[in-house]
Amino acid sequence: MSDAAITRPERYRETIDAGEFGVVEKPLSPFERVYNVTAVRKLVILVVLAAAWEIYARLLNNPLLFPTFSATVEAFADGLVHGTLLLKAWTSIRILLMALLTVIAISSRIGTDFLETLTSMFNPLPAIALLPLALIWFGLGAGSIGFVLIHSVLWAVALNTHSGFLAVSGTLRMVGRNYGLRGLRYVGSILIPAAFPSILTGLKIGWAFAWRTLIAAELVFGVSSGSGGLGWFIYENKNQLEIPNVFAGLLTVIIIGLLVENIIFRTVETRTVRRWGMQT
Amino acid sequence: MSDALLDVRSVTLQYKTRDHLVTATYRVDFQVFESDRFVLLGPSGCGKSTLLKAVGGYLEPVEGEIRLKGERVERPGPDRMMVFQEFDQLLPWKTVQENVVFALTASGRLTGKAAAEKAREAIARVKLAKFADSFPHTLSGGMKQRVAIARGMAMEPDILLMDEPFAALDALTRRKMQDELLQLWDDTRFTVLFVTHSIPEAVKVGSRILLLSPHPGQVKAELNSLPRERADGEAAHALEERIHNMLFADEVEEDEEHHHE
Repeated sequence: MSDAAITRPERYRETIDAGEFGVVEKPLSPFERVYNVTAVRKLVILVVLAAAWEIYARLLNNPLLFPTFSATVEAFADGLVHGTLLLKAWTSIRILLMALLTVIAISSRIGTDFLETLTSMFNPLPAIALLPLALIWFGLGAGSIGFVLIHSVLWAVALNTHSGFLAVSGTLRMVGRNYGLRGLRYVGSILIPAAFPSILTGLKIGWAFAWRTLIAAELVFGVSSGSGGLGWFIYENKNQLEIPNVFAGLLTVIIIGLLVENIIFRTVETRTVRRWGMQT
Repeated sequence: MSDALLDVRSVTLQYKTRDHLVTATYRVDFQVFESDRFVLLGPSGCGKSTLLKAVGGYLEPVEGEIRLKGERVERPGPDRMMVFQEFDQLLPWKTVQENVVFALTASGRLTGKAAAEKAREAIARVKLAKFADSFPHTLSGGMKQRVAIARGMAMEPDILLMDEPFAALDALTRRKMQDELLQLWDDTRFTVLFVTHSIPEAVKVGSRILLLSPHPGQVKAELNSLPRERADGEAAHALEERIHNMLFADEVEEDEEHHHE
């Protein structure tokens, strides 16, 4: 009521030592900890999916249309053992790697405005739509597929790299110039690492595009006569009605996709942007 | 008086925003001598940071010139190391140690072992030896600023340019950092040009204080700060009061009675 605050004595306390508390920090139960591992949860989902597949296929009982999971795995293992599948996968991947490297080399050099214009023009164009044209220009073979792949990767990587460069903070730029860095050294030691999260995102998107385009393109024709890739493997086996092999081929496509996404990119990510605390 | 380390002569600075040409400072001049703790003090909008960036070589004066050791400042360089206010001034992809080493090697000051040794020494001096292998994102704001200071000092620049380096820190950390900076200065007597908008900070950190008026920045006064041992007591308070009145003279006039109890 009155203006004067109630006078209170000052007070002092000794704080209690942390060891005397009941629980300051307690480990979670084993189940909770296992459940918290993303990989475990995903694995469970995969097992359930595989089981569903197996059950449905057995009910359907038509190996020509939809082979069972076990038959697919068998064909897959068979392909692995006899080397054909791995070899085909390698053919596909090698082409992809070459395309990726070319793209990295190109996208770091192209001028900004030029890049923006081209990107907005070509990014919406599905790579596979260029295939007929590529066939006329480069003929049947690695050249055509390379061309289509570069098209599918280039724009994603370039766009992301570019926006990454633009997003590098003014402070970092000034720090770099403070050291007297200029030209390529400045780009290489300041801009590229600072934009690396975006570049990595671009590579991830580019990889996904490229992998799909590659398989699709190979379905149309082999890489070069005699040694086709995975897409060709699928196509061929369809023609011979070896449906489990077709599924094994599809499975390989999926597995390689998963491996690249979850192992290669994940590792690169934890080693770089996560370690640096730069993940957006 | 040509033996000044840094000579800023009637410098007018302008920069463009999207739709304005802004004059940041108008014919500012001052001289910084060896081992000065020279403070640029003024309210926001007085162009003090712009002025510092011009000394750093990031901005060309439209009038006047800036000379360091008699040489015209034309571009950024490692003889004028900047310490920024922002915490993102460390390269996030390098550890504390690597950050300092990279500064030394990229600028060509030192190489290999000598650079590593020098970096270790500088990091130890700001008491971060334990964190030499940590990445910047794991450090607190104050620690990041200490790394930036260590990096600046390891380079042994002619002058260290500090752009409100403690402004983004909490009050307690800020005071501690000011004390540490003064201790470092006691050890090596480096020359520093320090920008701040805090009057107490200017009085505490500076040995000489340049007061700037806002819009555009013009020199209002150049004062000697207090000797170190008296910088905390009554005298400091009186000086702060004096500076405050000088900076805000125009606004204070109307409610003068109000202000002086």
